This record gives sequence, structure tokens and C-alpha cells, in this order.
Amino acid sequence: MLRCGSRRLGCLRAAFRSLTQTDHRSVTLCIDPSVGLNEEQKGFQKVAFDFAAREMAPNMAEWDQKELFPVDMMRKAAQLGFAGVYVQTDVGGSGLSRLDASVIFEALATGCTSTTAYMSIHNMCAWMIDSFGNEEQRHKFCPPLCTMEKFASYCLTEPGSGSDAASILTSAKRQGDHYILNGSKAFISGGGESDIYVVMCRTGGSGPKGISCIVVEKGTPGLSFGKKEKKVGWNSQPTRAVIFEDCAVPVANRIGSEGQGFLIAMKGLNGGRINVASCSLGAAHASILLTQEHLKVRKQFGAPLARNQQICNQAVQMHGGYGYLKDYAVQQYMRDARVHQILEGSNEVMRILISRSLLQD
Amino acid sequence: MAELRALVAVKRVIDFAVKIRVKPDKSGVATDGVKHSMNPFCEIAVEEAVRLKEKKLVKEVIAVSCGPAQCQETIRTALAMGADRGIHVEVPAAQAESLGPLQVARVLAKLAEKEKVDLLFLGKQAIDDDCNQTGQMTAGLLDWPQGTFASQVTLEGDKIKVEREIDGGLETLRLKLPSVVTADLRLNEPRYATLPNIMKAKKKKIEVIKPGDLGVDLTSKVSVISVEEPPQRLAGVKVETTEDLVAKLKEVGRI
Repeated sequence: MLRCGSRRLGCLRAAFRSLTQTDHRSVTLCIDPSVGLNEEQKGFQKVAFDFAAREMAPNMAEWDQKELFPVDMMRKAAQLGFAGVYVQTDVGGSGLSRLDASVIFEALATGCTSTTAYMSIHNMCAWMIDSFGNEEQRHKFCPPLCTMEKFASYCLTEPGSGSDAASILTSAKRQGDHYILNGSKAFISGGGESDIYVVMCRTGGSGPKGISCIVVEKGTPGLSFGKKEKKVGWNSQPTRAVIFEDCAVPVANRIGSEGQGFLIAMKGLNGGRINVASCSLGAAHASILLTQEHLKVRKQFGAPLARNQQICNQAVQMHGGYGYLKDYAVQQYMRDARVHQILEGSNEVMRILISRSLLQD
Repeated sequence: MAELRALVAVKRVIDFAVKIRVKPDKSGVATDGVKHSMNPFCEIAVEEAVRLKEKKLVKEVIAVSCGPAQCQETIRTALAMGADRGIHVEVPAAQAESLGPLQVARVLAKLAEKEKVDLLFLGKQAIDDDCNQTGQMTAGLLDWPQGTFASQVTLEGDKIKVEREIDGGLETLRLKLPSVVTADLRLNEPRYATLPNIMKAKKKKIEVIKPGDLGVDLTSKVSVISVEEPPQRLAGVKVETTEDLVAKLKEVGRI
């Protein structure tokens, strides 16, 4: 494979770079993606690739088209340890590192980027409770999340606050041993399906220090959901508004202390965005493999496209008109990965953070 | 509690999903940087052995592989699936290229005797060379009965019942232990290793030995002259009527 002509390799490298604009690692194209991993990581990666190829890839088009939330498949994945990858083992997690998780999500994303992205959000929520919750909360919420008996959603974004996350308005007023929540969250992945909602809400004054993190369970009176959004991609996970109307939640469900919520939310996202980037890489990997095949097969001007140096951009571009058709998997990878440039820290905000750290002495 | 012990031989091969390429010098297939995995039929063999252990019919499952250092990855996969320990028969990369079924059979025969196992499981064939010989040769060297192309295996005391998929249908044999069984596709569906089991496998032991320690000579009397891609499939010719078809077939000497 490494002996393919340098022209073709150049084409693929260029495609790879443009496909992975969301990711800031510089990775050279490896046909064998296990290069550089230790033995255990190669093992995890292999299981994830196999699972993706057998249980996810054959179904990803159907899940996308019918907007199905593949509960059974995800529970199967949970049995292998994919639901609480970096959650501690004493509450049912796999106890692995962020890097291990990244390798796993990258491999799973070759099977279905959208579902893997949801699984990474679920993992992020389980980790937040595991890391910041007290013992009671950890032992109550984490085990069913690690088996995916219950699904989780991360609720930060509101209609009025996206990148400016500290400006959230959803309020949580203390009344005895309950908080009364009022407000709404927008674009919540898993909204309506999930059982556990990790909600960032305002218990104190304005700004980040007034925000706390509270677990709201589905079925709590006052918790309701908006309509299921119709999206360009990420269709195998439902996205809905999550609405709180005088929703009473026990104080015992608050994760961490009052005012710690913003920190918890951001720490969650720090890992979450690495997972999302990993999903992009997985999508890119799969797209390149598909494109390699297409370039060999598709002929224009009497020769396979592989010999045509001019066509060197994105995988969909390389597929030409076919790339736009839903019959070809490559467009689903593109649609699913497109949103990765927007959420869990938009590209623009990420560039601000990067420039800040570069300009530091 | 059974005292039976099983040895499972596993081979590291180029992953089935990879599009293989022949090296320009025609000496073989390009393997550098290419994704490798455990031979799918070996996975089925490991799965069967582990299931027997879970049914408490087998006490210990040992995984063995012959080849260079990377074989240990394959052994680790077997450990993650449930094998208890591993043996790596170390053969340097250059020499490993000439390892054929007879050489491996000699190694396995010596090991089976040394470890005093009752069962030797293998995949029916490797997907790289498609030889389908190693199991049979090992049984011959050991003078053990063999049940090849197994689609079902049942332990019955000191015997093993093996249902085989053969061209004529299904054949059932009853073999006295110790015996050799080679796994066919429908024997079982191998499990995924779980993340916790992959971590546990780290702690399981892999013993590294050399063929010389077993007194086995690896020289091969077979040498590969060249490896080439199959000829390109040429387009066919369309004809109008059946008469034309018959005439054409006669013309090219097919009938």
C-alpha cells in the first residue's frame, strides 16, 4: 500500500488535510492506523474497528435516512466497555485514558460518525458525574450509564447562548431541598430519548461563577422536550430543545458545589472536543478508503480518475456528482462531520484559544 | 472439573479487508505497514476452545504462534478472548517468510507433546496461503486422530464428537483424545474482546521460545519462484442467437 505512486499519495494527503480541518493534530496518512500505538491501544482499536465494520457500517445509511436512534447496537457496544471508556472501574467504567478513548472513537466513527459522536457525548456526561459527583451520585448514575441501560445528554447551549456559554439563563432557585428549574436548552443531542440530563443552570449571580451542574432525570414533572429537529447530518441521534417549567430537582442531584458548574461543563468539553475531532478523523479515514476505491474505478477521459492529478480536493468532490447521491456513503461522512466544525467549541472559538496559548510567553 | 488442556495455534495474517498488492520484484505480497490481524479461522478455533473452558470441560487454553515479534499481538488477542497463557515460537522475519505448513506442524507436534495437551485446535486454513495442511500434517506427525472442517464439536468424556462439513454434506466422527480439530466457518461466531479483557490480557504470560529449543529444524524444501497477480479478466463477446453461441464456443475449442 505504501508503494502506491507518489502522485496518488499526494492527492490523498491533500484530501486528508482538507477533510480534517477540525482537527489540530498533524497526522500523515497511514494506511495502517495502528502505527504508533502501544499493544493495548492496538487491541482496543481493533475491537472498535471490527465492531464498526460489522455492527455499524452496514446500518449507517438506514439510521441516517430513517433517523433511527440505534439503542440495541449501542447497548452491544456498552457490553464491550464503550459507554464509559474513561469512567473509573469501580462504577462500571473501563478506566482507560483520554488517548485510549480518542483511538476508540476514531475507529468507531468509521462505522457511523453520527452515532459515535453521540456515544462520545454520553461518555462525556458519565465522566463528568464520575469525576465531580460524590460517592452516592457516582454509584447511582454511573453504572446504568456504563451499561447504557440509561442514556445521557449534555445540556449547556440555550437559544440565546452558544459560544458565550457563561451567559446561560436557565435558572435553578433553591426551595428547601429542591432546586426549581426554569428555562430551556437548545440543540440537545439525545434530547427526548435520554434518561439522564446533565444540565448547566444558574444558581447564583451572573457570569460563570453563578452556574451549577445538576442531573435531571427523564420523567421529572416540569421537564419536557421540543420537536425533533430536522438536520443535515447527525441523524441517528435525535436533537431537541429541553424545556424546564417549574421543574423541581432534588438538591442531592447537584454535581459538585454551587458555582462549580461552568468549570465542570468546560472540563467535559475539553475531552469532548477531542472525541469529536477523533470522530472527524474516523470519518475522514473511511472517506479516503471509499475514495481510493472510487478513483480506481471511475473513468473520465478514458482513464481512471486516480491518474488525474487535477482532482485533488475533498472526497465528495472526487466522487463528482455521485458524491452528492445518498446511495454513496461518502456524503454521509461529510454531512455528519460538517457539524464538528460548529459544536463543542466552534472552529472560530478554538482558533481564539489556540492563538491565546501561542501568544503566551 | 475436567483436567483436559487445549493448545490453540493462531496465525498473524494480512487483514481480510485489505486490498493486497504484489511487490514489484514478484517475490511476494507487500506486508510493510499493512494492517494485519488474527486469521479468521484461528479466531473461530480460539472461540471454541474458550467456550469449552467456560463450560468447564477444559481446564486451560494455551495460545501459540510462530513467527517474528509481531506475533505477540496475535497471541494477545487470543488472551483477550479468554486464553490463559501464550507461547511465542520466535522465528526471525527473514526466516519466517519460508515458514510453511510442514515446519509449523513440526513445531506444533513437539509443543503438543511437551505441554501434554489433549486437544489441538487450529483454523482450517490461513487466508494468506490457503494451504489447509497444517492441522492435518500435525495430526500425522503426532499420530493423533483428526477432525477437520469442524462445524460442531462436542466433548464426550475421553472422546470428542466432531461434525464436519464435507462436499457430500455433514460427516460425524468420534475421535479418541488426544486429537486435532480444525475449525470451519460455521463452528461458532467469535466474541469481540471487551476493553476490560484486553486490559486483563496484559497480565497474562507469553513464554518466548526458539524452534531450536524444541529440536525442530525449519529448513524448507519449498521455495517460492514468483508471485503474480492473476491475469486481467478480459471482456467477453456478445452473440445474437444460441446457434452463434455454440459456433463461437466450438471456434475457441471449448466444446
